Amino acid sequence: MSTTTSAPAGRKPSSRSFKERVDTMPRAVKIVLWVVFAVFLFLLPLLNIPFITTEGSDFGGVLFTVATYVLVALGLNIVVGYAGLLDLGYVGFYAVGAYTVGVLTSEHAHLSWVLVVPIAIVVAMVSGVILGAPTLRVRGDYLAIVTLGFGEIVRLTLVNSQWLGGAQGISDIPKPPGVELFKVPSLDWSAGVPVVDLSTTSTFLKFGINDFVPYYWLALGIIGLVLLFDILVKSSRVGRAWEATREDEDAAELMGVPTFRFKLLAFALGAAIGGLSGALFATKAGFISPDSFQLLLSILFLAAVVVGGAGNRWGVIVGAIVVGYFPERFRDFADFRVLVFGLALMLLAIFRPQGLLPPRRTVRAKRADDRQAVLEEGEASA
Amino acid sequence: MQNLIDNFFSYTITGLTIGAVYALIALGYTLVYGVLRLINFAHSEVFMYGTFAALWVVMILGGHPGAGVGQVIFWVAMMFVAAMAMSGLIAVLLERVAYRPLRKRNAPPLIALISAIGASFVLAEIMGLRSRIVGWVGLDDTLRDYVRNSRNNAGLPTIIQPQPIFTIGGYHVTNVDIFVIVGAIVIMVILDQFVKRSRLGRGIRAVAMDPEAAALMGVNRDRVIQVTFLVGGVMAGAAAVFYMLKIGITRYDAGFILGVKAFTAAVLGGIGNLRGALLGGFVLGLAENYGSAVVGSQWKDVVAFVLLVLILLFRPTGLLGESLGKARA
Repeated sequence: MSTTTSAPAGRKPSSRSFKERVDTMPRAVKIVLWVVFAVFLFLLPLLNIPFITTEGSDFGGVLFTVATYVLVALGLNIVVGYAGLLDLGYVGFYAVGAYTVGVLTSEHAHLSWVLVVPIAIVVAMVSGVILGAPTLRVRGDYLAIVTLGFGEIVRLTLVNSQWLGGAQGISDIPKPPGVELFKVPSLDWSAGVPVVDLSTTSTFLKFGINDFVPYYWLALGIIGLVLLFDILVKSSRVGRAWEATREDEDAAELMGVPTFRFKLLAFALGAAIGGLSGALFATKAGFISPDSFQLLLSILFLAAVVVGGAGNRWGVIVGAIVVGYFPERFRDFADFRVLVFGLALMLLAIFRPQGLLPPRRTVRAKRADDRQAVLEEGEASA
Repeated sequence: MQNLIDNFFSYTITGLTIGAVYALIALGYTLVYGVLRLINFAHSEVFMYGTFAALWVVMILGGHPGAGVGQVIFWVAMMFVAAMAMSGLIAVLLERVAYRPLRKRNAPPLIALISAIGASFVLAEIMGLRSRIVGWVGLDDTLRDYVRNSRNNAGLPTIIQPQPIFTIGGYHVTNVDIFVIVGAIVIMVILDQFVKRSRLGRGIRAVAMDPEAAALMGVNRDRVIQVTFLVGGVMAGAAAVFYMLKIGITRYDAGFILGVKAFTAAVLGGIGNLRGALLGGFVLGLAENYGSAVVGSQWKDVVAFVLLVLILLFRPTGLLGESLGKARA
């Protein structure tokens, strides 16, 4: 018994020390570190670091895909992680965002991209409210199936309605306007050591058709804004209301939390971020069709959140990177990726149900549970 | 609308046959939900494996169109044996691998759903990659016919030639239609009696009503859960045979859409309620056929999902709305 108690106690200082070390750093050092990290992320597609760079597919494009996964995971984390609502039809909002951009910039109107993206966010948000208002009254697992149905309804509607381009989809979605400020050179590793390669450059914010790096920069910037928003909302009254609703809806209601309204808010915000990611996806792809919004994508999004640790924003980012990046990096195994993915989900559910990076509160709760279990066991044996 | 009126009986009979398949699959969802309060997301794959078992056994026995009555009866009987055995086995395996470890750890329902989604992917992909898997084992030559084009449709030879038995309102009701509808109802009655009268059935009802009290009364919960999965799997196997006889085509991802529809049927009738599953299956089959007659067949699946949303909004307990435990206790 002594070994079981010492194990969590032994782990505690090491896991806390990382956070402590970061916390006790001088403010200036912290800021510098963050800036260095941000610059590193911005330059990542141009560093061409061996091994992590994908061969065969354009690394900038892959990073953009990963960035959309991160954005989607942040949005879905609000719904699944914070408010505890299982949404299996999140791809529906993603599609709504993408199609709003498609319809308003190419198919039926030619509005400016800058104007259309906010519209896409609002439309996705409204669709979230329309879906949420009636369905959030049903119990958790029913909600999963209703949202699953919603995702399919959206896709089938896209396939069947000629006004939205039908099965052919919408093409010729214009690029966002850009400014050509400066060129960023890339690194060349072919000599074994990094050499600055001035011939292969990316122009800062020129949205072309061959170079996807500027799209990645755009996505990265948006992720930054969404993260900031996420941090502010989570630490506000709204975030606490979500947490209370998730943990015990009846108790929260008794304490005066209008749970239904907060659940609806979570749904709407999640939908808005989903729509934003969809809009980005449509912008970069230039072409969308119902096939881009298969139900599998919903499951992948959900998996990103759960794998990373629902409720912890850094966790879901890790999860999104895992789900978005590994299939691209290991394309040789493309045939098997769904199989491996399914296996990973099962193993994770069995051996690490709280995700790779669970929220701190979950870790604390689990530790408390373990201590309780050890105590009860001790009583039973005594 | 005119289309619906003109071909009313055609849509009705088609709706009832596909509804029978929904109903049988829905039983699996309802039974598991009754005892575990979980949506068995991977149940659709249990059904899909049944369709392949039914197909393979006919291929092994050399089934072909235009055989004598005795021969056809033998083939169909073997289809039932193979599909029920396969689906039952997969369902039990699923419970062992994806659910039992979680139950031992008291995992929340969300995690069970994730595990089930994972299991569903694994099962579907194994079927979709069967040609590769057979290649590794080195059985290419012997099993070539069974694994060919493993990502494409696999078709069953028309072993029962559809023949009109009688005509109603201009629609020729075939022997296959009658066999599917009557067969499904007979199987449902047998299951209903099993749950109502047998010892194991009593165990299932007891666990559904109150797992802890049932355990105190000496019911082995793990065993009851296993039996529940087995029974649900066997029902899905029966559904698979009817589906293959009526539709005749299956694929590694054929389970998904049928699974969602069958779940809709289970919710429609009142999840946890066996008779509700039967009613829900037939109602859903009819509703989506009538609906597609009115708004166009490409909207058929949308009709089914909209119906699901509406039911959950206005009558979340379903049409019959009783749980397995409360029903005729």
